[in-house]
Amino acid sequence: MGDFFSDYQVGDFFDEMFAGPGVVRPHYRKLFARFKEMEREEFERKRAHAASASLTQGVTFTVYDDDQGTERIFPFDLVPRIIPAEEWELVERGLVQRITALNLFLYDIYHTQNILRDGVIPKQIVWEAAHFRPEFMHFDVPRNIYIHICGTDLIRDKEGTYLVLEDNARCPSGVSYVIENRQTMKRTFPSLLGQYRVRAVEDYSQELLNVLRYIAPGGKTEPTVVLLTPGVYNSAYFEHSFLARSMGIEIVEGRDLVAQEGRVFMRTTMGLKPVDVIYRRINDDFLDPQVFRKDSGLGVPGLVEACRDGNVSLANSIGTGIADDKAVYHFVPKMIRYYLSEDPILANVSTYLATVKEDLSYILDHIPELVIKAVNESGGYGMLIGPQATKAECESFRERVKRNPRNYIAQPVVPLSRAPAFCDDSMQGRHVDLRPFILSGEKVTIIPGGLTRVALQAGSLVVNSSQGGGSKDTWILEAEDGAIGFSDLTT
Amino acid sequence: MLSRVADSLYWMSRYIERAENNARIAGVHLQLLLDLTNPSGAGPQQQWDPIISSLEENEFFSSLYDNPDGKAVIDFVSLQEKNPNSIHSCLTLARENARTTSEQISSEMWEQINRLYLFVKSDPAKKLARTSPYEFFKLIIAGSHLFQGITDATMTHGEGWDFIRIGKLLERADCTSRILDVKYHILLPSGEKVGGNVDTIQWMSVLRSCSALEAYRKLYVGQVAPWKVAEFVITHADFPRSIRFSVDSLDAALHRISGSSETHYANEVERLSGRLRSDLDYVTIGDIFKFGLHEYLEQIQERLVEIAHGMHESYCANNEVENLATE
Repeated sequence: MGDFFSDYQVGDFFDEMFAGPGVVRPHYRKLFARFKEMEREEFERKRAHAASASLTQGVTFTVYDDDQGTERIFPFDLVPRIIPAEEWELVERGLVQRITALNLFLYDIYHTQNILRDGVIPKQIVWEAAHFRPEFMHFDVPRNIYIHICGTDLIRDKEGTYLVLEDNARCPSGVSYVIENRQTMKRTFPSLLGQYRVRAVEDYSQELLNVLRYIAPGGKTEPTVVLLTPGVYNSAYFEHSFLARSMGIEIVEGRDLVAQEGRVFMRTTMGLKPVDVIYRRINDDFLDPQVFRKDSGLGVPGLVEACRDGNVSLANSIGTGIADDKAVYHFVPKMIRYYLSEDPILANVSTYLATVKEDLSYILDHIPELVIKAVNESGGYGMLIGPQATKAECESFRERVKRNPRNYIAQPVVPLSRAPAFCDDSMQGRHVDLRPFILSGEKVTIIPGGLTRVALQAGSLVVNSSQGGGSKDTWILEAEDGAIGFSDLTT
Repeated sequence: MLSRVADSLYWMSRYIERAENNARIAGVHLQLLLDLTNPSGAGPQQQWDPIISSLEENEFFSSLYDNPDGKAVIDFVSLQEKNPNSIHSCLTLARENARTTSEQISSEMWEQINRLYLFVKSDPAKKLARTSPYEFFKLIIAGSHLFQGITDATMTHGEGWDFIRIGKLLERADCTSRILDVKYHILLPSGEKVGGNVDTIQWMSVLRSCSALEAYRKLYVGQVAPWKVAEFVITHADFPRSIRFSVDSLDAALHRISGSSETHYANEVERLSGRLRSDLDYVTIGDIFKFGLHEYLEQIQERLVEIAHGMHESYCANNEVENLATE
């Protein structure tokens, strides 16, 4: 037999599958048994099948600083990550609470700013945030929803407690991999999937379309919805096209749209056709060269005016970047208490703000022990992991933080949980995180699970696809796993 | 449908058809060389000249290869990345166009085009093209046929499908005219008679390039005669690779898109295609030979270019704000 797990090192981390050396957690037992009976050759065959499937389907992403054929496959690890129902139920409640508070926060910030008046969040934090859009003060977005699609990154600490690492409230990506990964698992491990009762993820696109239709201008019942992409060379183009296809809507580039007298049209073979809702996968800065970056060739001149006139709705709304600023992140638990009078269900990772005097001196004294992050960066760019950095790198970040404190935060290094992944011909513990996708429309819906990203380099804590990360299928089990096994039938 | 998408679907389809046709021409020519035991003592370059001439690429070809033999020609038409019309380049462009429209075509279509692209880029494909080019060409042709079958079986036969058809049919009509024209470039070896053995074999290869030999035999019993071959591939109403069939279908597809009746034209491109269609419907092979076969084919090629241009003008050029559609 394959003998996959006999040399597995649990290590000094929370392991998703093993409670201790050789001790399999209950929800992983069927998987363990399945691997126990599997030959190496069978596993290799499955791996080859999965890899060739993603290649022909073109499940790729683009790496920017690489001129050698820019498309790459996002590596997929065949060992699923399994989360029991009661664990997920807590996460789900925490995420609903968090997105509710974030949307209330955005409404407040762009209207009366009570939270600043009451001193819960320092004024400068908001005023100085790069993604705050004062030009949208007192502007009402449809149904008062700002963040329609949110990708919140969760990690687990040494005790296995779920913590929020960051909220991606602008254009989060990765959901197409969640759906594709499940397809791959259905083809490669059909019987194992059948033994578990795993919650389906395929209806995400339908839920997303419901949200987009819900925010149509004037409550229009049959709105024309489009997805706006920066184009085929964008790293997430596969996802844009995947989502447009599964929602049955047009995918448009800026040059396909034209704004005229406060309305937006697309150029079709039959002339110009009005557009009502735009699921835009372009950041604010590039949306409209008349309002934001003048040099943007990706956007549509006049789009923002049409949006202000209430003739076209955008998802996400303009100005949500203030909510995923990493300094504002620090205040989300306070927002939850302030707007909802509830205790936060999911905790943050403790954060030092370089703008706070005591925090700054702590940061400067402890750089080699901390993770330093630029407040507006994502994708693993613009960050320093102290314990893994050279002296020179630490020095360079010390200078940067000193020069521009508003631009940096610091966090202790969280020893992310690990899950087994097949690397270098054996199963090895690799650090993982989880990005669930949260949709806010008529109600809040969360995809059961989300994208489990895995750092495939031994010891690495960076899970981003742009930095050598891969992904796993994430299985959220139905409450009371009542799958009927063979043994149940014989008794 | 978005104008940009219509344009991309059209080009995707054209490039796949072009790749297939390159494979056809080169594959048949390979066989032709085996049939003719070099009776005139012509050098390797001369034997392959007609292919390069038909592609109108003589100078570009000689600039790339020091030793312009059969291997060089096969490399030029199949794998040469610098040649924008090589099978490799055509499939790369087809796939690039498919990628920008991949939510419009079915996922089965996208997977097939991607598979074909990955194949032509792979080392085994390169090896196959060198060691067994005929096999390589057959795989390309089969890959294109599979794509067309998948397209018809999995995509709604609506506007997008019609743009795909237009791309394919325009390219096919153009290519069939070029295949026929290749014969014009082949000089009969000295001492051979028109209608002699070598001449017949050459005309048969024209038919074979269009997969038309068997259909031709069913229609005309007896010898393969030049005017009959030309008549068949230009004017046959129902053979799917004849020029007339392609233009008829192309005209019908244009009318389906605009919704206008085939007896009238609703825009410039329909006027152009309708005119070419009726010319082909009523022309006789006698008229064509009187006019000059080569000249006639050249004229067809020019008019196909006008149609392609007209289609772009009618449907794909950026709509100006004036023609604001009513809601």
